[in-house]
Amino acid sequence: MLDDLDRRILRHLQSDPAQSIPDLGERLGLSISRLSRRLEKLRENGVLRGQHAVINWRALGYAVEVSLRVTLDKTQSRAFDDFIEAARDIPEVIEIQTFLGRVDVRLSVIARDMAHYQQIYRGGILTLPHIADIEALMHVARIKNDAGLPL
Amino acid sequence: MTDLDDIDRHLLRALSQDATLSAGALGRQLGLSQPATWRRIRRLHDSGIIAGRRLDLDHQKLGFGVTVFLGIKLATKGRVSLDDFERAVTAIPEVQTVEHVLGMYDYRLRVTARDIADFERVLRRRIMTLPGVGDVEANVLLSEERRPGPLG
Repeated sequence: MLDDLDRRILRHLQSDPAQSIPDLGERLGLSISRLSRRLEKLRENGVLRGQHAVINWRALGYAVEVSLRVTLDKTQSRAFDDFIEAARDIPEVIEIQTFLGRVDVRLSVIARDMAHYQQIYRGGILTLPHIADIEALMHVARIKNDAGLPL
Repeated sequence: MTDLDDIDRHLLRALSQDATLSAGALGRQLGLSQPATWRRIRRLHDSGIIAGRRLDLDHQKLGFGVTVFLGIKLATKGRVSLDDFERAVTAIPEVQTVEHVLGMYDYRLRVTARDIADFERVLRRRIMTLPGVGDVEANVLLSEERRPGPLG
């Protein structure tokens, strides 16, 4: 379905998603109309689903980021659904992932400082349903960030 | 830290859903002129609050069916070993994210692969051979949801 040109387009777009169509066309040696048609097709096929602005929460004063690895009580048949639904109501939860492995769900939680984190943890996280165990990993630094797919 | 008002928060929410929205279209949602909206967006970029854009690709359709998160504990520690490890792990194309963390692991990696067999190849040939690598835990990603965050 995808050919080498599609992959080349996506690879370049991935490295700089904000570049304009004319710039991208020039770098790829493609006319604007040909590039636009290709991009349109990639969107129609659902390969290119969209573009999102990346918010730097640190710049907004959220200095703390914690990864909470949660094990759920799987004897409860609605454990995943109930837990995820309730986690969505905590605004400081910026990512919810589910896994196959030792961890069931992972939440990314941001906070202004440790006192604020403690408040979210006690008042929000610990009140979520069906938790069997929680482990916390505190973020120190991002060494490699959201690198694209190796297309 | 920059103080945001309701308009800034609206812009951040809208742009994190769709970064391709024009200043004109966003301005119409807010009852703001195109140049005024453009200046607002410019300021969010300049202050580093908008750090860039992320392309949302369907990994499955591009042949990357498996995403695995690895927790890695280093066997040996010291500044040199951290530097060596970080340099080597960053160079692996299948490794999309590397986070230095504090807790039961030292690093958290996001790895993408074509399928489980391909993941095994990456794990054996690339990850297990990294300098200083000790304990490794793997969890296969089933679903992922990014939330708007505290912009309410």
